[in-house]
Amino acid sequence: MSPGHYLVLSALLFTIGAVGVLVRRNAIVVFMCVELMLNAANLAFVSFARMHGNLDGQIIAFFVMVVAAAEVVVGLAIIMTIFRTRRSSSVDDVNLLKY
Amino acid sequence: MSAGVQVIAAPGDIPAPHIEYGQLAPMLIVFGVAVVGVLVEAFVGRSWRYRVQVPLAFAGLLAALVWTLVLGLSEKPFHVAAMGAIGVDAPTLFLQGTILVLALVGLLLIAERSAAHFAAQASALPGSEAEQAGAAAGIRQTELFPLMMFAVGGMLLFPAANDLLTMFVALEVLSLPLYLLCGLARRRRLLSQEAAVKYFLLGAFSSAFFLYGTALLYGFAGSVRLSDIAEQAGQGAGGEPLLLGGIALLSVGLLFKLGAAPFHMWKPDVYQGAPTPITALMASTTLVAAFGAMLRVYYVGFETLRWDWRPTMWGVAILTMLVGAVIAVTQTDVKRLLAYSSIAHAGFLLTGLVATSREGLSGSLFYLAAYGFTTLGAFAVVTMVRDPGGEAAHLSRWAGLGKRSPLLAGAFAFFLLAMAGIPLTSGFTGKFAVFSAAVDGGATPLVIVGVLASAIAAFFYVRVIVVMFFSEPDADGPAVVVSPTTATAVAVGLAVTVVLGVLPQPVLDLAGEAAAQMFVR
Repeated sequence: MSPGHYLVLSALLFTIGAVGVLVRRNAIVVFMCVELMLNAANLAFVSFARMHGNLDGQIIAFFVMVVAAAEVVVGLAIIMTIFRTRRSSSVDDVNLLKY
Repeated sequence: MSAGVQVIAAPGDIPAPHIEYGQLAPMLIVFGVAVVGVLVEAFVGRSWRYRVQVPLAFAGLLAALVWTLVLGLSEKPFHVAAMGAIGVDAPTLFLQGTILVLALVGLLLIAERSAAHFAAQASALPGSEAEQAGAAAGIRQTELFPLMMFAVGGMLLFPAANDLLTMFVALEVLSLPLYLLCGLARRRRLLSQEAAVKYFLLGAFSSAFFLYGTALLYGFAGSVRLSDIAEQAGQGAGGEPLLLGGIALLSVGLLFKLGAAPFHMWKPDVYQGAPTPITALMASTTLVAAFGAMLRVYYVGFETLRWDWRPTMWGVAILTMLVGAVIAVTQTDVKRLLAYSSIAHAGFLLTGLVATSREGLSGSLFYLAAYGFTTLGAFAVVTMVRDPGGEAAHLSRWAGLGKRSPLLAGAFAFFLLAMAGIPLTSGFTGKFAVFSAAVDGGATPLVIVGVLASAIAAFFYVRVIVVMFFSEPDADGPAVVVSPTTATAVAVGLAVTVVLGVLPQPVLDLAGEAAAQMFVR
C-alpha cells in the first residue's frame, strides 16, 4: 500500500476530529476529538517520513505523543474541576462569560 | 513503493549533539528555576514556601535578564544553536529581554500578599467547607510560581524556535501552565473555571491545527526547519497544495495565540475570567511571545512566499482592528474592554508584519515593548479597585473614581490614552513606527483602516475617562487598596509609558539595531 493512502486516512481523521470538536457537547468528547486531530498529524508525519526517506517525521511523532500526554493531564484536571463544581461536563453549560 | 528508511549509522556512530549552553542560558535558567520550584513545593514546609518561592522566581528572572543583556550587548550573536533548533539573534534577544522584564513586573502582581488573588486550593469546591477551612487557615497557593516560570520559559523559547517542532513544544510549554493559572481565581471561581475550560479546549484545538500545518510543511520540504522550508519554497518545486495548506493551518495556530480575528473569541472570556494578575501576564508577555514567533515564521520561513500570504494577512489585520475597536464600544466590564482593546492592538501589530521590511520588524519590536508595559500597568490598576466581593470590574462601579482617588484614576487615564495613541505617550510612537513602515511597504489602505480603528478605539477609552472623572461617585463605591508591590508595578508601567513617549529614541535605536540583521536562518 502506498504512503499516499495513509495521508488520505490522516486527512480524514483530522477532519472527523475537527468536526467533532465543533458539534459535540461533552467536554471530554471534545477533548478526545482534539486528541484524534493530534494523532492524525502523527500519522501524517510518519507517512511523510516514509515518503521522504528520513527519520525526522518519526521522531517528531514521539515528541507529539509526549506533548499530547501532558495535555491530557492538564485538560482532564481542568474538566474535572468544573465538573465537580457544576455536576455537568457539557460545554453548553459554561455560559457565564459572553458578549 | 518509494525508498524505505535506511539505516544511517551503526550504534555508537551517532554523533553527540552540540549544545551551546552559554547562548541558551536565559531559557535554561528559567526552566531550572521552575523545576527547583516544583521541588520546593514537595520538600519545603507550607509556611516557608511563599518565602522561598518568591525570591527564587525573582532571582531566576533577574539572572536570565542579565544574561540576555550581556549576550545582546557584548557578543551580538547571530547564529543558530542546539543543532539548528534555536536561533540566537538580535531580534530574538530583544523579544526575550522584553518578555523577562514584563514577567518581572507581572511577578510583582502575582506575588502580592495583602489581598490574595488566588484560590487557597484549586481542588476545593467553591462554597464548600474545605474551601472555607483553607481560607481560614490562611493557606496560600504557591504552585503558581513554578507554573508561571514554566510559562515564561515557554515564552522565551517560542520566538527563538528555529524549527517548527521546537516551536510546537514551546507553544505547549507556554500554554499548559497558563490554562491552569486561569482557573485559580479566589473569587468568582465559576467564571475563572469557565475561562480555564474555554481557553484549554480552544487552545488545544488551535494547537492541533498548528501541528497539522507542521505535518504538511514537513511533507512539502522534508524538514521542519524554517530555513529549509524557505529554500524549498523558493525553488517552487511542485507540492504547492501541501505548502499552501501547511501555511494556512500553521497561521490558524499562530493567529489564535495572538488573538487575531476571526480567532479572537477566547480572548475576552479568558481575560475576564482569569485572575487579574494572570490576565496582566497573558496580555503582555504572551502577546510578545506569540507575535515574536509569527515574525520569525513569516520573515524566515515564508519570506519567499510573501505574495501568497500577504493578501490574507491584510484581511486578517483589517478584520482584527475593526472587530476589536467596534465591539469594545459596547463593553461594560473593564477587563473585557481591555481584552477587546488588546484584540485591536493585535491588528495594529499585524500591519507591522504585513510591511515585511526591516522598518516593519523594528517598529513591531518597539510596539510590543511599549504596549506590553501599558497593558500590564492598566491591569495592575484594575487589581487595586476593589469591592467587598473582589475586584470592581463593572464600569459603572468606576464612576467618580477620579474624585475618590485622583492619582490612580489619573494613572489609568494615562494608560488608556497611551492605548489610544495620543502623542507624548508610548502608544503614539509605537503606532507611528508600524504605520509608517506599512506605508513604505505599500500597505496604505491598511494604515487608513488602522487610523480609523484607532479613532473608534479612542471613543471608548475616552468614555472610561469621562466615567471616572465627570460623574458623581457612589456612596458605597469601591475601595482603592494600595499595596507596595502593585503600586510598584503601576509605577513601572507608567514610567515606561511616559519615557517611551517623550524620549523614544534610545529604545527605537535599540529596536532598529536589533532589526538591522533581521532573523538568523
